[in-house]
Amino acid sequence: MLKMSQITKVYRTELVETHALQGLDLHVEEGEFVAITGPSGSGKTTFLNIAGLLESPTSGAYLLDGEDVSRLNDRARSRIRNEKVGFIFQSFNLIPDLNLADNVDVPLRYRGWSAARRRDIVGKMLDRVGLGARHNYLPSQLSGGQQQRVAIARALAGQPRFLLADEPTGNLDSEMAEAVMGLLETINEQGTTIVMVTHDPDLAHRAHRNIHILDGQASDVPDLAPGNVMQFSESLRV
Amino acid sequence: MFNYYLRLALSSIRRTPVLSALMVLALGLGIGAFMTTFTVYHLMSGDPIPHRSDMLYAVQLDNWDPNRPPTESARDVRAQLTWQDGNNLVLADTPATRQVHMYGTGAVVVPEGNDPPFDESVRATWHSFFPMFDVPFLYGGPWGQAEDEARAGVAVIGRELNDKLFNGENSVGRDLQLDDQHYRVVGVIDDWQPMPRFYHSDWGRAFEDTEQVFIPMNRAIDLQMGQRGNTNCWKMPDEDLPLFEGFLKSECVFTQFWAELETPQQVAAYKDYLDNYVRGQKAIGRFERPLATFISDVMEWMDVMRVVRDDNRVLLRLSFLFLLVCVLNTVGLLMAKFMGKGGEVALRRAMGASRRQVFQQNLIEVGLIGVLGGLAGAGLAWLGLRAVENMYRGYQHLVHLDAVMLLTAIATATVFAVLAGMYPVWRVSRLAPAGLLKTQ
Repeated sequence: MLKMSQITKVYRTELVETHALQGLDLHVEEGEFVAITGPSGSGKTTFLNIAGLLESPTSGAYLLDGEDVSRLNDRARSRIRNEKVGFIFQSFNLIPDLNLADNVDVPLRYRGWSAARRRDIVGKMLDRVGLGARHNYLPSQLSGGQQQRVAIARALAGQPRFLLADEPTGNLDSEMAEAVMGLLETINEQGTTIVMVTHDPDLAHRAHRNIHILDGQASDVPDLAPGNVMQFSESLRV
Repeated sequence: MFNYYLRLALSSIRRTPVLSALMVLALGLGIGAFMTTFTVYHLMSGDPIPHRSDMLYAVQLDNWDPNRPPTESARDVRAQLTWQDGNNLVLADTPATRQVHMYGTGAVVVPEGNDPPFDESVRATWHSFFPMFDVPFLYGGPWGQAEDEARAGVAVIGRELNDKLFNGENSVGRDLQLDDQHYRVVGVIDDWQPMPRFYHSDWGRAFEDTEQVFIPMNRAIDLQMGQRGNTNCWKMPDEDLPLFEGFLKSECVFTQFWAELETPQQVAAYKDYLDNYVRGQKAIGRFERPLATFISDVMEWMDVMRVVRDDNRVLLRLSFLFLLVCVLNTVGLLMAKFMGKGGEVALRRAMGASRRQVFQQNLIEVGLIGVLGGLAGAGLAWLGLRAVENMYRGYQHLVHLDAVMLLTAIATATVFAVLAGMYPVWRVSRLAPAGLLKTQ
C-alpha cells in the first residue's frame, strides 16, 4: 500500500540545513492500522507530509498503491491526494463559516461529481459519524469530539485508500478521545488503511503495528505492550 | 466549479467585511475618479457625427489685422467669418456639394393662450443645414431653397419646444410667434444633440444645447436680429452706414460656415476656390494679410477649436495615476487578506485542490471584489459627474452616466482588481500547505 525507501528530506535556509528524514524505510500493508510514534522533532510530521503528498522527499522512492509518487507534478499529486488519501488533523481544521455538510463536501468538490451524488455521500458520511441530523450546523456549534467526527467524515467522504491521522485525539478529553479512536478502529475494520501519528502510548498500543521514528529514521517496535514504546525509543537513543 | 467558487468568495467577503469594504472602497475611489474624468474626456473627444464627419468642413478665411503676427496654422485664424464673406460663398457656385452659413441669435417666444413669453436661442441658417448635419425630423422637414431666397417666415423647431408649445402634437403648419414676428412651422426636429456641438463650438460653446428654433438666415438678417455668441472685430464698422448694415459690411466675424465635400478632388477644388475668392477680395482692398484659408473636417475642427483642452488631458492622466495608486493599495490589502487565508488554502490543498484550483478560486473572489469596486466606482463617478454638472453649467450633456459607461466602470474595475490580485492570489496558491495545517 505504502512503501518508502531511503527517503530523505532536507530543509535548507541561508543559515541552516536541517535533515528531517535520513534514509527512512517504511512499509505499510493494505488494511493495516499503523501507529507512528517518536519524540518531538524526530521527523514524524515530515513523514506524514510526504506520505500525504503535501511535500516531496529530497531523495528516495515513495510507492503509493504501487505507483511511484515521489516525483509527480502538483496536479497529479493533488489528484492522488484527493482520490486516495484522507487527512485527520489534531486541530480538526474545519472551515469555520461552512456548515457541516459543506465541510464534508470539500474533497468531493474537487472530484467533479454531480451535486446529487455528493449530497448522497455527504449524508451517508455524517450519518456514519453520528451527526446526520446536524447538516446545517456550523463547526462552532459542536464540541471538540463532534468536530473531529466531522473531520473524519470529511476524510472518508472521498472513499480514500488510506487515512493519515496526525494526533487525532490530541485536543480531546479522554472520553471524546475514546469515541474517536473507536470510530477509527471501526473504519479500519471496514478496510481502510490507517497511519496515525501519536504521542500517546495507549493509543499506539491499539494499532496493529507501531513504527517508531527517531532522528529521521523508522524502525518497528517489537512489542506493543504499554510502556514498551517509550522504553524502546530510549534504547534507540543510547 | 464557478458557482462554488463564487459562493466561497461571497462567504470570504462576509468573513472579513472591513478588509473587503476597504478594498471595494479603494477600487471604487480610483475607478470613480478615473471614470469621471474619462467620461468627460470621452464625450468631449467623441465624433459627434461619425458617418459624415469626414465630409463636413469648417471654413476659415484670414481677414484679420495685417499688423498681427503671421498665420502659421488654422488655430491662428478666427473660427468665424464675416457675414459678407459667408454670404458671398453661400450664394456662389462653388465645388462643394452643399454649403451652410449661419449664426446664433435669439428671440422671445410668445405662446398661444395665456402662457408667459420666454426667451429662446435661435439659429439663423440655410435650408442646407438640415441635410448636411443629418438632422432627424419628428414631423415635417426643413424649408427649401425657395424659402431661403424668399426670406420666408418659416421655422423648424425642436422637440422640446414642440412639447412645450404644442403638447408634442404635429405642429407643422402651426403659427410660431418670435418677438413680434409670425412664422409657420415646417418641421419638428426629433431629439438631436451632437456632442460636441461641432457646428458652433467656439469659446466653450461646444457643449451647449442645440437650439430649439431654426429660421432662414436671410429672414433674421432682414429683421436685424442681433448675434448671440462671440463677435470679433479688428477695426470699427463704417460709421457712415446704419448700425446693422455697417456691422454686416464690416470685418467683424460672427458667422459659422461649413461645406460638404465628398471626395479629395472636391476638397482640393474647394480649397482652390477659397484661395481665389480671397485673391478677388484682396483686389478690392480687403484681406491685407498673406493669403491663408483653411478647411478642417469635423474632427480636425474639434482639434483646432481645442474642444478637449490640455487640462482635460492632464486631469485624465492624473486620475489614471490615482487609479494606479488605489490599485496598489488594493494589492496590499489583498496580500493581507489572502495571507490570512493560508489555513483554509492549506486544508483545501490537503483535500485535493491543485494550485491551479486554489488560484482560480481566489481569482474569482478578487473578480467579485472588482465588480463591487466597479459598482462603487460607478456610484462615485455619478456623484463626480453631478459635481461637474453643478460646477460647469455648459457641461450638462457630458455628465450622464449611461449603461455603457456603467459597464465600462465595472469591467475596468474588474480588470484592475484581477491584475492587482494576480500576485497575492499567485502567492497564496504557492503556499506550502504542510506547515500551515499544523498551525491552523
